[in-house]
Amino acid sequence: MRAVNTLPVTAAPVSVLGGQIEVKDVSKSYGAVGFAKTVVRDCSFTVERSKLTVMIGPSGCGKSTLIRLLAGFESPSSGSITIDGKPVSGPGVDRLVVFQESALFPWMTTYDNIMYGPRARGEDNKVSRDLAEFLLQKVGLGTFRHKYPPQLSGGMQRRAELARAMINNPSVMILDEPFRGLDAMTKKLMQDYYANLYEETRRTTFFVTTDIDEAIFIADRILVMTNIPAQVRAVLEVNLPRPRRLEDIIENDDANLIKMEALSLLHEEAMKSFARGSKAAADFVEAYAKRIRKDD
Amino acid sequence: MPSSADIAAIVFSRKFWRGVVSILSFLVIWEIGSRSREWFGVPLPWMSQIPAPTAVAVTFLQLVHSPSYWYSWYLSTARVFEGFIAAMLIGIPLGLAMAVSRIFYGTFFPVFEVLRPIPPLAWVPASIIFWPTQEMSIAFVTFLGAFYAIVINVIGGAQAIDVRYFQAARSMGSSSWDVFRRIILPGTLPSIVVGATVGIGITWAVVVAAEMISGGGSAGSMGGAGGGGLGFFIWNSYVGGSYTQIVVGMISIGIAGYLSSALLRKLGDMVTPWLQQR
Repeated sequence: MRAVNTLPVTAAPVSVLGGQIEVKDVSKSYGAVGFAKTVVRDCSFTVERSKLTVMIGPSGCGKSTLIRLLAGFESPSSGSITIDGKPVSGPGVDRLVVFQESALFPWMTTYDNIMYGPRARGEDNKVSRDLAEFLLQKVGLGTFRHKYPPQLSGGMQRRAELARAMINNPSVMILDEPFRGLDAMTKKLMQDYYANLYEETRRTTFFVTTDIDEAIFIADRILVMTNIPAQVRAVLEVNLPRPRRLEDIIENDDANLIKMEALSLLHEEAMKSFARGSKAAADFVEAYAKRIRKDD
Repeated sequence: MPSSADIAAIVFSRKFWRGVVSILSFLVIWEIGSRSREWFGVPLPWMSQIPAPTAVAVTFLQLVHSPSYWYSWYLSTARVFEGFIAAMLIGIPLGLAMAVSRIFYGTFFPVFEVLRPIPPLAWVPASIIFWPTQEMSIAFVTFLGAFYAIVINVIGGAQAIDVRYFQAARSMGSSSWDVFRRIILPGTLPSIVVGATVGIGITWAVVVAAEMISGGGSAGSMGGAGGGGLGFFIWNSYVGGSYTQIVVGMISIGIAGYLSSALLRKLGDMVTPWLQQR
């Protein structure tokens, strides 16, 4: 796993540390004027260079909308998003999204999926093929190169998708609840694996999750979101030493303090939407109220 | 190709023997039914009109040596595949165009939806008037049978492709042509296979009826009972009062339809390898 130092450098002149995203006063509404539903309102935050920023918030708070805005699949109704000072307009290879559940192309083998980006740009050359080979080994799918996605396990699919994004050497990686839907065991393994991977490259990463333990384990900074319309409620710095191990985090007092703080913020936000009658929020309150009381 | 071990596994499976028992019991009941005037004291006025399977088998063994019987196989099969291939060649590009272009969809889909509920057989008189030869009118009606099934499946399949595949592709730098070639086309392929399999089934239903109505086409005059395809073969046997031949014709169409679907399923499996290996 330490072999990353030999990572072949691709032609793209991208900083090893990655880019920095600035989100300024961004709003996003859907629907006709007068009937529009505002999902994101005056939202501002920074995804700092070579740090792992985690966004956490109640379900349905507009996180996925923010991801689509950052990725450039949609444009904000107002406000600006810049990456290293350049405004985001449309999708680009400088920031790649790893989607919730698998978005691997089912009709392509693992190898063809990983080679998708280079081939799309007409770079099916030795450098790309060597890099694909390197990444296949790195994500432990060397013997699965000719398998189709349905033949891979959930964890393998996530690793293949990470490799498919990494081969493009993006300056920012955007991960939308990448480990959702995995069984508890695989999820732990993937979190461990992913933390390792991040610590090797320190590429700027924007990671969205609803799992507070996952957030604290991997994050440098945590953005706690308000309920819909999405805004940043608080920024929590997670200054825990790296490399991290799951076992260490469980017993770490700082980690538990951050967790307490995040939970009470999330609890407040959930209560607000509960008051407005959201079913998802009701589930959330039930689940987290128990945990807070236990922690007290 | 299945190995001898695969074939042995099939032959010794319970599923295989259930199938054999099912078909054999059906034939036995049919045989008894058509040989008896009454069953347990209940008269069977209709059942006894139907020729017994043994009688049908005798006629079939005679027909096997008749070139005109095989010629009607050939004629119907040729019409089915002419119509079917034309439907694929026109239907797939049209369906894809409607799926990817809003303008194209807006222009053609309303017309398509108005014409689609008209059963292909309702087109028979119009197409006999319109097309210069009987052969072409039968082929056209056959074409219609498969065409709608293919187009609808192509549109549905292309529109059902997960939007995240497009987002992922565009993020990684794909051009529109690249997205079409490497996302839309393979993503629609399973639906094309479904449309083709459904389409060829409809095609057999339509070709037989069209042959009966149109009198077997221009070829009807040349080869007697077998001149105009399997549909005309049945009709001619009915007119000539040969009931065993009617049943042979019916079974022939069943076999022809089954073989065509099996062939298409096989081809479909070959072009969609990712759906086969779980």
